[in-house]
Amino acid sequence: MTDPLLTVEGLSLGFRGDGGFAHILDGANMTMNRGEIMGLVGESGCGKTTLASAILGVLPRHALEVRGGQIRFDGLDMLSPDHGAQQQAARGRRVTFIPQDPFTSLNPVFTIGQQIEELMKWKSPRRDAGPSRGPALLSRYPRARRKADRAKVIEMLDLVQLPRPEQLLKKYPHEVSGGQRQRLMIAMALLPDPDLIIADEPTTALDVTIQAQILGLLRNLATDRGVAVMLTTHDLGSAYEICDRITVMYAGQDVEAAPVAEFFNRPTHPYTAKLLESLPEGGGGMTGIPGELPSFYAPPPGCRFQTRCPRATEACRTRPPARFAGPAHVVRCAHPLFDTAPFEEVRA
Amino acid sequence: MSPLKRLLADRAASIGAAIIAGLILVAILAPWIAPYPEDVTAFHLSERLQPPSGTHLFGTDRMGSDVFSRILFGARITITIALIAVGVSVAIGVPIGLIAGYYGGFPGGFLMRTSDVFLAVPQIVLAIAIAQTLGPSVENVILALSLTYWPFWARLVYAETRALKSQTFIEAALALGASDWRVMVLHILPNTASAIIVRTSIGMGATILTAAALGFLGLGAPPPTPEWGRTISEAREYLPEAWWYAAAPGLAIFLVVMGFNLLGDGLRDILDPKLRKGRR
Amino acid sequence: MTDASLLAVTDLTVRFPIRGPFARKLGEIKALDGVSFTLQQGEILGLVGESGCGKSTLGKTLMGIQPPTSGSITFEGTEIAGRTPREARALRRRLQYAYQDPGASLDPRWKIGKSLEEPLIIHTKLPRRERMQKVAEILTSVGLPAGHVDLFPHELSGGQQRRVGLARILMLSPEVVILDEPTAGLDVSVQATVLRLFRELRDSFDLTYIFISHDLSVVRLMCHRVAVMYLGRIVEIGPVDELMNSPKHPYTQSLLAAIPKVNGPRVTENFWLEGEPADASNLPPGCRFQGRCPHVQPICRDQDPQDRQVGAQSVACHFAGEVFPPVKPTRQRTPA
Repeated sequence: MTDPLLTVEGLSLGFRGDGGFAHILDGANMTMNRGEIMGLVGESGCGKTTLASAILGVLPRHALEVRGGQIRFDGLDMLSPDHGAQQQAARGRRVTFIPQDPFTSLNPVFTIGQQIEELMKWKSPRRDAGPSRGPALLSRYPRARRKADRAKVIEMLDLVQLPRPEQLLKKYPHEVSGGQRQRLMIAMALLPDPDLIIADEPTTALDVTIQAQILGLLRNLATDRGVAVMLTTHDLGSAYEICDRITVMYAGQDVEAAPVAEFFNRPTHPYTAKLLESLPEGGGGMTGIPGELPSFYAPPPGCRFQTRCPRATEACRTRPPARFAGPAHVVRCAHPLFDTAPFEEVRA
Repeated sequence: MSPLKRLLADRAASIGAAIIAGLILVAILAPWIAPYPEDVTAFHLSERLQPPSGTHLFGTDRMGSDVFSRILFGARITITIALIAVGVSVAIGVPIGLIAGYYGGFPGGFLMRTSDVFLAVPQIVLAIAIAQTLGPSVENVILALSLTYWPFWARLVYAETRALKSQTFIEAALALGASDWRVMVLHILPNTASAIIVRTSIGMGATILTAAALGFLGLGAPPPTPEWGRTISEAREYLPEAWWYAAAPGLAIFLVVMGFNLLGDGLRDILDPKLRKGRR
Repeated sequence: MTDASLLAVTDLTVRFPIRGPFARKLGEIKALDGVSFTLQQGEILGLVGESGCGKSTLGKTLMGIQPPTSGSITFEGTEIAGRTPREARALRRRLQYAYQDPGASLDPRWKIGKSLEEPLIIHTKLPRRERMQKVAEILTSVGLPAGHVDLFPHELSGGQQRRVGLARILMLSPEVVILDEPTAGLDVSVQATVLRLFRELRDSFDLTYIFISHDLSVVRLMCHRVAVMYLGRIVEIGPVDELMNSPKHPYTQSLLAAIPKVNGPRVTENFWLEGEPADASNLPPGCRFQGRCPHVQPICRDQDPQDRQVGAQSVACHFAGEVFPPVKPTRQRTPA
């Protein structure tokens, strides 16, 4: 197996606030392979958006406190302040972002064309990697590259099935519908030729028929280009639709990661199993999970699901190590629903 | 934390509150704490324009009266004018803003356009015009200030009401069958209270300033009333030699206006949940 | 319309004018366009559709928050559309509306007890002691301790606020409760608890629900009958099992197909519905689904279809019962 594109290892971070330290991510782990579509699934408060923001480097710095762990993107340490310039170069260029809300992610006073041009000026794959002369703000946008970029933009808008791209570029963001804006965000995320797209709940704000269109589009374009996609979602159905692999998080901890078929057929962590039982499809939906999310200010030690878990024992008060429940199926539970083997045995 | 404790925790606001408490105390106790209470009306021409000293803390004025004593009595006039003028403004402005904001449409538009007419002319100019027409007296100053000041409260309550009206809990109360009157008085008004309190505190300061300006222009109470603005006006002729004569009432006005503004800013931080969130 | 129907809506229309400068009317949005249905005692009627289809406008029109342009609403045999606010207030006692987040319907400055007491003050002449007794009863029946009357809304968790909001609606023993998107924005693990609460309340208070939702899988779980709305009109209405298992309107077919089904076929690989709903202020003549319909014929561009009874459903389509979901070649999933 080649080395993974992105690894998150033991990431612990939180925010200082009025109520003390809110421990949002507690030893979160995640791996993404090149070209795969990975679903980061969990309910509100599970830390999936925080993790995505940490990778993108957009967490509010003044209150942030990283307590340990690391994020490596293609060998580059994304947390260390020593590699600021390289991180800056990677973000928006090799790692791009599709936001949850396409209504607020475009500036309402500029046309769509102006905003895409600005993006391409800085993040076009045809831009020289070398350091620019003079202050960055004053640097020129070479005409030849501008022309090449523009052709590429039109081609991309065509690919995301936006009608009449030339006219669309002259419009303002409020003049296009939510579904079209999300197509536009996909196009803008693909334009820099990234290795990884982070899509944060990209279809939550959309209607179900539009969601089906957008998810299909995202999967087809990403697989055709070999771009890896990290899809954060609370909707297991959406994750099932387009993901190759799924990682489940609960209250800032990863609990289970598995290929999609394995995930839905053999959920091994009690939380995953309960989550699947709660789906309204197929007769379930009236079960739910009793109890509430633990407080981030005073979380229980060890596995954070223990307060709602029917199988919880004293052993859950220390964080269980990752074990294998099948090929590429990792689970962190002291009392898994299926047999597991320790990490070392499988490696050996 | 209770609002009072939070107020005391905020240094600027507690200074403001202390100044205002001092002002009110002085106004009430003026006859007892003033060294020469009779100097409000009496004059001693032999002691004209004496500089500050142990016997006359702020010196004496052109009539030989003790400036300090007159300032203390002036506080009574200032407080009276500010309280009544602001009280009347609130009493006119709040219901108008509430009704206009709640019903909207033509009646709302009519009330708000009326308030716009008042706001279009600078407040001081309008107040001068009214006070001039009615003749100089404390009552007329109060009337002029009330008539020119209510639109500020009307505007404020109007905006708050419009915003609240689209809130789910207001719509829910209506859906439950609550009458308009009930929704306005029991739901909307209490939710605008903090904004009104803040505006009132800052408005007090502004009103005192305007009242002093009217007094300065000779439109306030006739002499020998120890009104602060009028005292400054009288002192002009003796500047710069008798600097204490103008400086003392100026300082009094400055302190009181600052006190109300500090308190108002502090109250806004404490009472306005939107701003509170922003400060985190 | 049978005598047994509790609520009957006939040809209900709501239009919002679009005004330009100087209140000049530029056009109008047909938020509701000739909506008719009946509601039987004790049933749960689902109202589904995508954003802008008019389902929330319908709910608010029934409640009298939004006045109808034309049409009639009869509740227990009495016409309630177009009443003066005073008359409507008395009628509305038996018809209540639950907001998407019932917790948001509580005045943030009022204690829970006062908020719960308010409906009784408005509609009854009960003395204070009896009012407080009723408040305590209802609070217990939604699963909260009676001591909560002295708390402010912000001192409760979101789930508890929701229960208080529902308790407030139940204070007046309504017969019909309109639930507007009651599960939107909820996590699946919480959703179940909320749905169960609705079922329990229905049993203990003999309620009839109108269940407005965009989530068809929840509707299938909760409702007896479903009405599917598209751009202001009910395009298909019928019993939930029949409608979900053999949808007759092409829009219903697409809507059902678009829901991701875990361990089922993947819809993103062969979803046929293209485009987005037409502009509600500028509907074309004929059928409102013509722009996206995979089976569109010339007649669909001329005539707006009448409601037709096909099987158990009433369907507004010229070809109801004759069209089936198209089969599109499935794109092979390329392993990563």
